[in-house]
Amino acid sequence: MASTEAYITGLGQSEVGVRLPRHPLLLTVDAVREALDDAGLTLGQIDGVFTYPGKMNGYTAFSPVSSDDLIEVLGIKSKWHLGAMEQPAQLSAIAAAAMAVKQGLVRHAICFRTVYEAGGMADPGTYMSGMKQDTVTGPSQWTSPFWATSAACWTAQYAARHMHRYGMTREQLGQIAINASKNAMRNPRARAITREALTLDKYMSARMISSPLCLYDCDRFTDASTVVIVSAGDALDEVTTTPVRIAAMAGSVDRYSWDQVEWFAAYETGADLWKRTDYTAEDVDTVQFYDGFAFLPITWLEGLGFCEKGEGGRFIEGGSRIALDGELPMNTFGGQLGAGRLHGFGFAHEAVNQLRGTATGRQVAGDPKLAVATSGGGPMAAALLLARD
Amino acid sequence: MNPPRPRPKLDQENTAFWTGGREGRLNIVKCGDCGEFTHPPRLLCRHCQSENVAPHAVAGTGVIDSFTVNHQPWARDLEVPYVIARVKLDGAPGVYLTTNIVHCPVEAVDFEDKVRVVFEEQDGIFYPLFERIA
Ligand SMILES: [Zn+2]
Repeated sequence: MASTEAYITGLGQSEVGVRLPRHPLLLTVDAVREALDDAGLTLGQIDGVFTYPGKMNGYTAFSPVSSDDLIEVLGIKSKWHLGAMEQPAQLSAIAAAAMAVKQGLVRHAICFRTVYEAGGMADPGTYMSGMKQDTVTGPSQWTSPFWATSAACWTAQYAARHMHRYGMTREQLGQIAINASKNAMRNPRARAITREALTLDKYMSARMISSPLCLYDCDRFTDASTVVIVSAGDALDEVTTTPVRIAAMAGSVDRYSWDQVEWFAAYETGADLWKRTDYTAEDVDTVQFYDGFAFLPITWLEGLGFCEKGEGGRFIEGGSRIALDGELPMNTFGGQLGAGRLHGFGFAHEAVNQLRGTATGRQVAGDPKLAVATSGGGPMAAALLLARD
Repeated sequence: MNPPRPRPKLDQENTAFWTGGREGRLNIVKCGDCGEFTHPPRLLCRHCQSENVAPHAVAGTGVIDSFTVNHQPWARDLEVPYVIARVKLDGAPGVYLTTNIVHCPVEAVDFEDKVRVVFEEQDGIFYPLFERIA
């Protein structure tokens, strides 16, 4: 039997907030309902469920809802489902659904990422039990004993090295956060996270978290669920939206040990993406780059070949190139820095909105047809090239 | 007064690393067949997959490949700022250690600084920290 192409056909998102009282399972169902309505599909037509990373004991706030939970409460007759941390970054859940679609295993798959990290901080006993351990095992044993507890401390060392080797400045890096805040203000779902645009002065005088990363270089814990429906090319007559084709996918991990890698996985992943398509970086109309920390979009810009390695800081100098009306509009929904730590899925969600022309109030001009969405970028990364044919 | 450092759970793979400081040794797993180093420590060589591996005391010196001055107290009562660095070890090609640079002001730390290990003991774990070589 012939394989088919994979398309994104439905988008859904719950309310996005900080310490939302609504249970994360219900937030997820909110997002599923919106995505089904959007696609014109019913639950009975869904036969696959994919998430990242699935249930994690002790870190419930990080991943409070499993694919099993959703299959159970929604009565989904699933033919393939998956929730796993050991994949190349968050968007791998969408890539896995696309692979299942291409193989004919499923026709319409719900892909979701639910986070409850702000709510979890308010109720640590229920959601954050893993944080209380004073004995460390696995990869964190090589960092936590030195109080390098956060990925901020790990990413900061690569950002500092980039500045040292290539001359990137804090003023340049700050454009990532400034652009994110400007775009977030045009996105109703980001209003709980960003209420005013960041200025360069405010950025430069913000308190340092882990040099050179300041407060505004780090995304914020958020409560939300984001859903993307992936459908088979031979099932598109069942959906009512403009389908967006997954034109290419790439992911990589060199070593999981953050401190042993020379370069972030965004470089390998970015190079691989272009090997799998006839499109080139020059064809791209908008980029949605994972920005858990402001340095990561720099590595994606360089890794995907929008500029040479080491030139990312100079590429975004002044911020006009990556602005909504610039030559390469970046993170038009606000990214994670401006719209909250949706943890990877916000990027695919926004890329599809832009390609459909439904990014109300923040739509990229000129009828965009090609977008890149990425996730991760540290030791592991995943990227999707999305096209409206 | 800083809180106790998070404590690694000792096992077959990591004990030589976390307790070597008792004898003043910074132990990194080395392969008896190909001579390459494997860190984090594993029970086989990550270069040739040989099981003929053993902890090997390296010189305990290196250079700062990169560093960050951390200002965020990630634990209650943790004194800030402090320096987290990625140290490229001498004599163990390809091996980096995440560590703290101690015994100097945070402003004094820079890229390519030469450093040497000093161990800080806490309940039988010997944490390898580094100080600048004057
Ligand atoms: Zn070997």
